[in-house]
Amino acid sequence: MTPVEWLPFAICATALIGLGLYGLITQPLLLRRIIAFNMIGSGIFLLFGALSASETAGTDPVPQAMIITGIVVALSATALALGLAVAHAREGGRDP
Amino acid sequence: MSVVFNTLLSVIIVAVAAAVVLGRQAFMAVVFFIAYGLLVALAWLRLEATNVALAEAAIGAGLTGILLLMSWTRLRALQAPAPPRPTRLIRMLAGLGAVAVTLGLLAALIRLPAHPGLQNAVAERLPLTGTENPVTAVLLNFRGWDTLLETLVLLAALLGVWTVTRDEDWPGPAGRRHRVLPDGVLAQFGRVLPPVALVIGAYLIWAGGHQPGGAFQGGTVLAAAWVVAVMTGHLPAPRVDDRWMRAAVLSGPAFFLGVGVTGLSMGTFLWIPPVIATPLLMAIEITLAVAIAATLSMLVFGAPEREETP
Repeated sequence: MTPVEWLPFAICATALIGLGLYGLITQPLLLRRIIAFNMIGSGIFLLFGALSASETAGTDPVPQAMIITGIVVALSATALALGLAVAHAREGGRDP
Repeated sequence: MSVVFNTLLSVIIVAVAAAVVLGRQAFMAVVFFIAYGLLVALAWLRLEATNVALAEAAIGAGLTGILLLMSWTRLRALQAPAPPRPTRLIRMLAGLGAVAVTLGLLAALIRLPAHPGLQNAVAERLPLTGTENPVTAVLLNFRGWDTLLETLVLLAALLGVWTVTRDEDWPGPAGRRHRVLPDGVLAQFGRVLPPVALVIGAYLIWAGGHQPGGAFQGGTVLAAAWVVAVMTGHLPAPRVDDRWMRAAVLSGPAFFLGVGVTGLSMGTFLWIPPVIATPLLMAIEITLAVAIAATLSMLVFGAPEREETP
């Protein structure tokens, strides 16, 4: 793949990481912080994937496999985080 | 031409991401995040990573979307007090920090040395792995360790979700009761979608052996079929102490671990002999897909919750 093909996605990914970081710090709601954290994760995956697509001879399966693993782990972490957020709200939702 | 498309797609992804992060309402953020996941799946297709695109669409957009929507409903019903917004100074500093991180990554991107990648090494040994899909070969054969530990992470997450159940709710049907109009749109949807999803899920698992697809993508689509059938009221939610469900959850990691230990007796943990690699990999893939479907569904249903207390 030529740089002009993958570079837009690599640049896009850096913007996603920055946006997610900003949301994680400034959003007061736990639900939205979890969403922002997911965005950082997907930005990192996209950066990794775009860079690994930069080779000339075909696509590299190793990063792809690692990213799929990452997506599944991100989902399970999100499910746990959302469960904790709901439990936190049930207990009154105040900071300890 | 593809340059224009890729650039346009990147701009749209960033715009939707900005709507997710900066938008006023939490519900809008959730909806935009689902759209964002589908657009990112499209980006993966453009990067010729079809396996990842399937995983992103099914897991990143689909299941994460359902999870977020269900959690949003629960959180709204609980009416927890909203914490105060951070001060202007903190927001400005956060903005500066985020811009600095993005610029730093861009600077690193330019300086990155060229690298050959591992595709040739994978292609060389692909005939010994028992699959023609190089991504499946990496997931189940070369890097079996990662995948085994990943299924254990899924188990740990499920245990974590279950531990926040209130004592009086344990053990019960997973999640909350869903009320659906018997002749409404959702109920109709629940009749049409699960059979289609079952076929697509089974196909994706089978296809993983030779073309894009695999246990994770197919298992997720199977999970989606189950989740839709339960959410539309056509099936009861499984109880958290249901033996069949627990057996399904444990089957994949247990089988994979068994293969690993058998390999150990022949010299290497998780060694897959090339002679029986094709059927063995298919067996691993099917049991993993069943376990992933069960675990992801249970993660989406959540902890047992009888009726919300006021």
